[in-house]
Amino acid sequence: MDNKNIIARRVAQMLHDGEVVNLGVGIPQLVANWLPEGVELIVHAENGIIGAGGYSEEGKGDPNVVDAGGMMIDIKPGAQFIISTDSFGAIRGGHIDMTILGAYQVDSKGNLANWCLPNKMGGIGGAMDLVSGAKQVVVAMEHTQKGNPKIVENCTFALTGAGVVDYIVTEMGFMHVTEKGIVLEEINPNYTVEQVLAATDARLIVPVDLKAMDVID
Amino acid sequence: MNKVTTVEEAFSHIKDGDTIMVGGFLMCGSPEYLIHTFLDHPSKGLTIVNNDMGEYGSSLTPLLASGRVTDLICTWIVRNPAAQEMYKANPKCLHINPQGTLTERIRAGGFGIAAFYTPTGVGTIIEEGKDTRWFNGRKYIMETALRANVAFIHAEIADEMGNIFMKGSSKNYNAAMATAADYVIVEANHIVPVGEIDPELVTVSGIYVNAVVPVPQKD
Repeated sequence: MDNKNIIARRVAQMLHDGEVVNLGVGIPQLVANWLPEGVELIVHAENGIIGAGGYSEEGKGDPNVVDAGGMMIDIKPGAQFIISTDSFGAIRGGHIDMTILGAYQVDSKGNLANWCLPNKMGGIGGAMDLVSGAKQVVVAMEHTQKGNPKIVENCTFALTGAGVVDYIVTEMGFMHVTEKGIVLEEINPNYTVEQVLAATDARLIVPVDLKAMDVID
Repeated sequence: MNKVTTVEEAFSHIKDGDTIMVGGFLMCGSPEYLIHTFLDHPSKGLTIVNNDMGEYGSSLTPLLASGRVTDLICTWIVRNPAAQEMYKANPKCLHINPQGTLTERIRAGGFGIAAFYTPTGVGTIIEEGKDTRWFNGRKYIMETALRANVAFIHAEIADEMGNIFMKGSSKNYNAAMATAADYVIVEANHIVPVGEIDPELVTVSGIYVNAVVPVPQKD
């Protein structure tokens, strides 16, 4: 299995039936493919849908029904179309159980940088609202950017949110951001602790009861 | 009471230096007919308020490339090359907001709220230079209301009083922007007599709307 699906599959195991989630682009969108049996999510698309479904079949989509990436999608039974103010009211008001997103950098204080690289302007979009408003913030990303650590002691890129990240899931392991720092709770059995530490620029707390991450080959 | 008019008459209310709110999220609900027709308008020194400045194929791209727009108030400009060029030439032209903050600023502008406190952006560059205050142990940033001289709004159906039905996720920014400008121009795919839209399905009341313009339909 490739790194992206290893990560998405582990994130999917965190979810419970009926939870309201917002999925960022890339790896987070793969999470929906790996949900445990009996777990159905209510997907919030910040452009204005509660109860978003998957991509529409070619030629069958409605240009008035799109996700936050502008792609035509289907909606699930029980869905609602909402205006932008209500969509972000739902986010700020704490009605989203989990936001799953990617990152350029995450640091040991739970700071997240995922919107702006130095000397480049992309945009914030809904990310700052999501990380400050969702009940749980999960970063789902590859452990390094072509070998360069993305988990760092202090973020150097512009922050999306300060002290907002709860969990980091990479192909190497499952990490919990605590007041004491980042705890490596589970490790992918295909890696050694030394390899994970070498790929990380932050101090990682490795507990004595380090567990194996559930990975299928 | 009949607000149906021509696009020329509606655009005669737009002047140099105006701030224009443009509804839509990427291409969904984008008032493309109004923006495209506006490319021929003589006004300049404009400020555009829009979530993302559209995409490469959006009429916002030639509008921004025309040099008539000086300032962009938005959340994201990844897919509009003309917005990227404007930013490279003059970073100060870009006024970037978190999305929930931008949409709430517009709502506040339309609904008589001068400012509000939001937790979004605390500890980031969004906080810089703004008033902050603590409530119940949490820090909030004060953000101010946003209004415009003109709004461009897209509707699936409008009646002659300006009542609007917006379809699916095309409501996005269109609904709030329709309340937050001095002169609100709605383009509608279909225009119907008053009473034809079920009151249960009116997304935005006609009381906010000044002009309704039909979008030419392809057969």
